[in-house]
Amino acid sequence: MEKENMNLVIAGHVDHGKSTLIGRLLFDTNSLPDGRIEELKKTCKELGHDLEFAFIMDSLQEEVEQGITIDTTQTFFKTPKRNYTIIDAPGHKEFVKNMITGASQAETAILIIDVNEGVKEQTKRHAYILSMLGINQLIVILNKMDIVDYDEKRFNEVKNIILNFLDNLKIKPLYVIPIVAKDGDNVAKPSDKMKWYSGKTLLQGLDSFQVAGSLTNRSLRMPVQDIYEINDKPILVGCIESGKLKPDDEVIILPSNKAVKIKSIESFLADKKEAEAGESIGITLNQLIPVKKGDIICKKNDLAVVANRFSANIFWMSKNKINVNEKIILKLATQKTECVIEEIKQKINSSSLKLLEEHAKELREMEIGRVIIKTLKPIVIEKFNDIPGLGRFVLMQNSEICAGGIII
Amino acid sequence: MDYLDKLESRTIFIIREAYHEFKNIAMLWSIGKDSTSLLWMVRKAFFGKIPFPIMHIDTSYKIPEIYSFRDKYAKEWGLNLIISRNEEAIKNGVSPDKGRFECCNALKTEALKQAIKKYKFKALLLGIRRDEHGIRAKERYFSPRNQDFLWDYKNQPPELWDQFKSGSDDNSHIRVHPLLHWTELDIWKYVQRENIPITNLYFAKNGKRYRSLGCLPCCSLIESNASNVKEVVEELKTTRIAERSGRAQDKERAYMMQKLRSLGYM
Ligand SMILES: Nc1nc2c(ncn2[C@@H]2O[C@H](COP(=O)(O)OP(=O)(O)O)[C@@H](O)[C@H]2O)c(=O)[nH]1
Repeated sequence: MEKENMNLVIAGHVDHGKSTLIGRLLFDTNSLPDGRIEELKKTCKELGHDLEFAFIMDSLQEEVEQGITIDTTQTFFKTPKRNYTIIDAPGHKEFVKNMITGASQAETAILIIDVNEGVKEQTKRHAYILSMLGINQLIVILNKMDIVDYDEKRFNEVKNIILNFLDNLKIKPLYVIPIVAKDGDNVAKPSDKMKWYSGKTLLQGLDSFQVAGSLTNRSLRMPVQDIYEINDKPILVGCIESGKLKPDDEVIILPSNKAVKIKSIESFLADKKEAEAGESIGITLNQLIPVKKGDIICKKNDLAVVANRFSANIFWMSKNKINVNEKIILKLATQKTECVIEEIKQKINSSSLKLLEEHAKELREMEIGRVIIKTLKPIVIEKFNDIPGLGRFVLMQNSEICAGGIII
Repeated sequence: MDYLDKLESRTIFIIREAYHEFKNIAMLWSIGKDSTSLLWMVRKAFFGKIPFPIMHIDTSYKIPEIYSFRDKYAKEWGLNLIISRNEEAIKNGVSPDKGRFECCNALKTEALKQAIKKYKFKALLLGIRRDEHGIRAKERYFSPRNQDFLWDYKNQPPELWDQFKSGSDDNSHIRVHPLLHWTELDIWKYVQRENIPITNLYFAKNGKRYRSLGCLPCCSLIESNASNVKEVVEELKTTRIAERSGRAQDKERAYMMQKLRSLGYM
């Protein structure tokens, strides 16, 4: 049996110990290539540093020089249970879009907090982003327990603060673990300095998580990605978002509402009779009808919603602000249309979660908006919790992503 | 779907996305295991009829087997193969003994620049992986390069939920990395499962093999007894040696790879 893989993001305020923890995880699970430690010692010496675990991750020259993570990095470790890809998300405010890029690829998260400093601005903003991305398998770790003399009282204080905050976001971490990333206490091995803690170590906690389930048992949604003419027949290609399909299935193409049948599943170097969620496939239809990129294939009697106005929460991450009624491009699955934010009902600070303004006229970098979006063309949508791929979207300006949004 | 199916499906999605967005694209084929696996998936994505050229950047220092392998499969798979060489630099005798950095820069990066200018490619598909080297872990699936090929890694556009940067008006091209999420071991398992033809250079002869392929003068052999795909997979499951350890560019200076890369090296 192949071991499964899990993508894990480590988020938290800068200097709370992410890089050190990652170095520790790689070291304790024996995942560093031979020679890496020696190479690092040498590099650190050239730059006039002592060797720190933190540098195992920071591979850009500037990151080593400044001692901070700028962009997300991925690295790998394994436990007997599974393989992990760790995504290190920078903890600096100015690199939030890099953090989102990294975190959006994860299915589980660790939120790291320096127990001495407590919950800080980026701790909260990162927690918000994790909730927006729908990552609900979360472990909170309180790091640097050595600095507070392994004190249970301090641990409980910070634990209560963060649990309260997460409660506002409707997330409940599975574990809150006291650790010392530097020395490895409660990372791979239980700590003999914190006898008062009898819960799981970090690795035990991670191994108890589930790999994201497949969406094969949900309604069929296949966003058309492109249409190819191969040997004089049109093949619709795309990745099945949810559900499954096979030849002779009666389907409806949204938003045009045309009813057709699937004629065949086309594949090269393989033979396919059925296809399910997650597969990038090609199909042909029993009739020649106009189909284009962005159309969504559903089963008859089980259709998605077609709309040109909907409510959403968006997180604005571009330096340029956005005004109400300003034209912008929306992309949702393979659909693309012009749209405007018709109304900003509430504007919220993404770290404190405080309400900044009702009926606001503009959104600025790092602000959350509860908004109504109006699209130029009708689009096919779902609630995020039903079919995530059709319930989330990005807004783009000048061909770059400047906001992520969730349909509510 | 098993684990490899998921990796493959995502790669095919990205290949198709790149073609739809940019149309005038090419895939870079180094003939190594990664780009040959990528080529395999490109063939799958387009049902065997690849609508764009496959480009080999030929430094003239490649290991001879690479050329024969390339020509054999280019023919068998009906590829539109473009071979790009920086003829002037080759004529002027640029070589690794006159400086590896300069050599890579002239024979690879410059040759690529010339080709992009000639064919006006808007995007290039490359078979790089995040686990190859620290710096590559920072790459995006769609990574813009400006006119001078520079990579502004500090200020990369965000990517989320399979939405990527789209084309822009300036003269830059986009590097597309459909294999970013694969590891070296994943690639070998895929090669094994799909029975993808791979050059013999990766398999041990007299206790040595190549683990990573580049130019003859800058690639060294590793000690190994793995003489077929299955044995390579077994070897990688237990090895603790970094993949590019046989590559001179990476070792020479701590940050040579980063410098090369930000100057447009593949
Ligand atoms: N005392 C103590 N210091 C730590 C611990 N973990 C990290 N540090 C230190 O905290 C500083 C910031 O850590 P780093 O891993 O770079 O934080 P990052 O910015 O979140 O990646 C470094 O000087 C680390 O040595 C710990 O468990 N105990």
